[in-house]
This record gives sequence, C-alpha cells and structure tokens, in this order.
Amino acid sequence: MFAPFMINAWIVATMVAVVAGIVGFFVVMRGSAFVADAVPQGAFAGAAGASLIGVSTLVGLSVFALAGALGIGLLGRRGRHDVATALTLVLMLGLGALFLSFTTQYSSEIFALLFGEILGISSSEILPIAVLGLVCIAAIIVMYRPLLLSSLAPESGEARGVRAARMELLFLIVVAIATSMTLPVVGALLIFSLMIGPPAAARSLTGSPLRAMALSVVIAVALAWVAIAASYETDWPVGFFVGVGGAVCYAGGRGWAAWSAARLPSAAPSPPAAPAATVGS
Amino acid sequence: MTSLLHLLFAPGFLASPPVRLALLTGGVAAFVSGAVGAFTVLRGQSYAGHALADLSVTGGSGSYLIGISPLLGFAGTGVLAAGVMDMIGIRRPRGRDLATGIVRGAGLGLAALFLFWDTTHTNTSGVAVTILFGSMFTISPAVIPLVVGCGLVALAIVAVFYRPLLLSSVSADLAAARGIPVRAVGLLCLIAIALAVSLSALTIGTILSTALLVGPAATVLRITDRPGRATVMAALLGVAVTWLGIVLAYDSFTWPPRHDGWPVSFFVVALIFVGYLLAQLVGRRRPVRRVES
Repeated sequence: MFAPFMINAWIVATMVAVVAGIVGFFVVMRGSAFVADAVPQGAFAGAAGASLIGVSTLVGLSVFALAGALGIGLLGRRGRHDVATALTLVLMLGLGALFLSFTTQYSSEIFALLFGEILGISSSEILPIAVLGLVCIAAIIVMYRPLLLSSLAPESGEARGVRAARMELLFLIVVAIATSMTLPVVGALLIFSLMIGPPAAARSLTGSPLRAMALSVVIAVALAWVAIAASYETDWPVGFFVGVGGAVCYAGGRGWAAWSAARLPSAAPSPPAAPAATVGS
Repeated sequence: MTSLLHLLFAPGFLASPPVRLALLTGGVAAFVSGAVGAFTVLRGQSYAGHALADLSVTGGSGSYLIGISPLLGFAGTGVLAAGVMDMIGIRRPRGRDLATGIVRGAGLGLAALFLFWDTTHTNTSGVAVTILFGSMFTISPAVIPLVVGCGLVALAIVAVFYRPLLLSSVSADLAAARGIPVRAVGLLCLIAIALAVSLSALTIGTILSTALLVGPAATVLRITDRPGRATVMAALLGVAVTWLGIVLAYDSFTWPPRHDGWPVSFFVVALIFVGYLLAQLVGRRRPVRRVES
C-alpha cells in the first residue's frame, strides 16, 4: 500500500482533502451546495475540450471551471440563482458532449475523470496541484473575515461594507480553482462529496467556525486516506468510498448532534431537530 | 421553397425509423419535463431535479448489473432517492440543498461501483458513456409504453394536485394555514420530478433531463407570471426545442469534423440557453408585477 508508485497518490490525496475541507466549510456555510456541485461537473467538459485541441487537462479544467464560476455569478445576479446554476451547468455539459463526439478514443479516460483515478498520478503533476491548493488556502485566509460575515449575516455584512455579490463571485472563483486541482484525483462527480460531507459533519459537532474548519479538514483527510486504502485493498473505484463515506460522515454528525441535544436539553438552546441547519441561516 | 425545406429537413428525415422514435420519445420526455419543470423552478428545486437525474445513473447502472429493464432501475432509484431526500430534508433551502447533495454523493458513489462492476464483469466499457450522455437515435421501441406510462403518472400528479402544489410552492405558510399537508405535497412534487427526469435521463441522457426540466420553465417564467399558462407553455417550448435540436442534429451528419453528426444534447442545450437569454432581455423591458425572489 505504501509502494513507491502509491506515494504520489497519498501526497496528492492529502493536499486535495485539506483544500476540500477548508473550501467545503464555506460551501456548507453559504449553502452553495449546488454551485460546488455544478462547477466540477461542468469543468469536466473542459477536460474533454483540452484533449481535443491537445493541451494539458489541467488547463482545460481550469478554464472551464473559471468560466462556469463567472457564468453562474453573472447570470445569478438577475433571476433565480439555482436556475442560473443549472443552465450554466447544462451548457457546459452540452459543450462537453460536443467535444466528446469529435474524438473517438476517450471512454476509459472519461470514466477516470468522472469517478477518479488515484493511481495514475505522476510526480510532475504534484507541483501544479500544490500551487493551486496554496492559492486556494491563501485566498480563504485573506478573505476569511468578510467571507464569514457575508455567509453568516449578509445584511450586517453589507452594512459594514462587505459587498455580498462580490464576495459570492470571489468565492466561486476559489471553488473553481479548488475544483481544477481536485477533479483528476477524486473525479468530477465526487469532489463534491469530499467538499460537503466532512464540513457538514464538522458543523454538527461544534459551533465555533475555526474549530469546525479544523475538524472538517481532519475528517476530510481521514476520509480520503480511508478511501485510498480501501480502494487499494478492494480494487473498487475510489469514488465509491468517498461518496458513501461522505454520507456516513454527515449521518454520523447529525446523529451525534441529535443525541447530544437529547442528552443535554438545557445545554442546547437551539431547536434540537436540526442543529446543523440552524447555525448560519 | 422546396429547396429551403430540403436545406432544413435533410432528405429522408421523417422516413427514418430512428428519427421518428427520437421525435416521439424526445417529445414525450420534453413535454413532461417542461410541465413538471414549472413547479421545480417555482419551488427553487432545480438542484433536486439535477441530483435526481444524476441519481438515476445509479439505477441505470444497477439495472444493467442485475439485468432488469433500465427504466425500472431509473424510475425506482429516482423515487427512492426522492423519499430519502424528503426524509432527511430540512425545510430551510440551505439545509435542503445540503441534504440533496449528500444523497447525490452517496448515490453517485454507488454508481461508480456499479459501473465498475458493469465494465469488469460484462465487458461493456461504453455503458458509462451511454448512461451519462444518452443517445436519442438508439432508443429501443420496446421502452415506449413504459416511457409514456411514467410520463402520464408524472403529469397526473401535477394535474390532480395542481392547486395545493401551487399554493405550497408560492407560500408554504399560507398553504399550511389552509390545512394543506405541505410536507406530503412536497414529497409528491419530488416524486413527479423524479419520474420526469428518470424517463428523460433514460431516453435522452442526464444532461438533457436537467436542461429540459429547468430551461423551458425558467424561460417561460421570465415572460409570463401566470403559473397555469407557464406550465403549458413550458411543456410546449420543451417539445419545440427538442424537435428543433433533433432536426439540427440530423442535418449535422454532413458537418465537419467527423461527418458523424453533432450530439442532439448540444443543440438542445444551446437552444435552451439562447432562449433563456432572449427571454431575460424581453422580460426586463416589461414592467415586473411579481417581486423578484
């Protein structure tokens, strides 16, 4: 399991999980699950386009992820946000279908991009992924206070000069960057599980934002490691373990919150039914 | 005039059995999706619709594995997932999206496993692509009755529960005050969405099922704010866009680079997107009566 060809997988998966844990915390906080889901899926089309014109997959992913994020941000200013997200997503997927129809030999690669391929990571891919990861983390650190404020209480954020629309766009760009680095590893369809399962669980366990963020990173890294180990042992796709594991984390978090609320009714002033939802809404 | 018609409808268009089948199933799927879509957009459940379409991939891949009819797999998983989403669902929109996402993640994890088994055990590596992107020109005629049946059930739900659905979509509090079981109505709506997307996912691919669910309805709701008219217009618009997409795809068989036809899904999605942008331009000029949400 720790053979030389697996070392890259462990390194990359750890970086991916750390970034997913941090960015995902804000995804859950802002309730932008659909966006965090649409950007990776749409970016997948960029990978198809990149292979068509012969540039690196990472470039195609980044271009499409950014275009998707900007499209959602701009379209969403007028009209319903979920509709804007859905339409941007299907437009990108339609382009992906078009690109795929132009090439012939893509079937196994599609599967890898959709559901993740952890074993095929070469050493030369580590550096760009690490750089993108650092950019994401740096951006989150810089924006931490205004982002938290505009996620928790958009109105009072506006009053203090935090422009909600601009924050939304900046945050979407961070999601796009995080997407481009994580997509080749866990796959377009399941990045999202890594991005919302652990943070959602973490938020059920603690109320303090910083502690929840740290916990979310810990859970995400643990989930990624377990998924790789299990995938290595069983030979099943890594996406299966990430997807189901994410749901288990969430269920565990909700269960724990419900149990501790029932045990200590006086210590929980918020309604016990859904503590995960009451914070930040 | 004839030459113009020939330019648009390539010779032999209507005589080709796959095309007729595509027009029929695509039309049914688009009609049902458009009608159900009006409520999806009104209720802000685009994400649930999209997730249910993706989840039907799980059912599709599972049904290949155990060898039952794909539509049963698609629709069964859709309805089941709708139930689970409702069960863990939280009334607040933010929490609702989160619950939707968690269910979708778990379902797609299973889909990854099923597809992996499909490809390793039955040696059909194209299954993943077929399930995800669908292919309108390769529908088997045997699924037609099932497709129509599923569509009718979804339409019946919308028609029978039209008023409570509408009221609870516009204002859940008001509906509850009038004694409408909001939760049960919500579940019914999710089931209708699940049926609509699973039948379109099976016939025309998961991309188009989201596109046809959200696109026409959102476009129409930009132009009119009467829900009844919007439901009918969205259904008709969906059918029109789908048929135009099929015509264009048929024409594109002579287009570069491969002379093999461009995908229907691309044309339909592009048409829907352009339509939405146009409606947004038109809608902005009109005085808006409804308060923007």
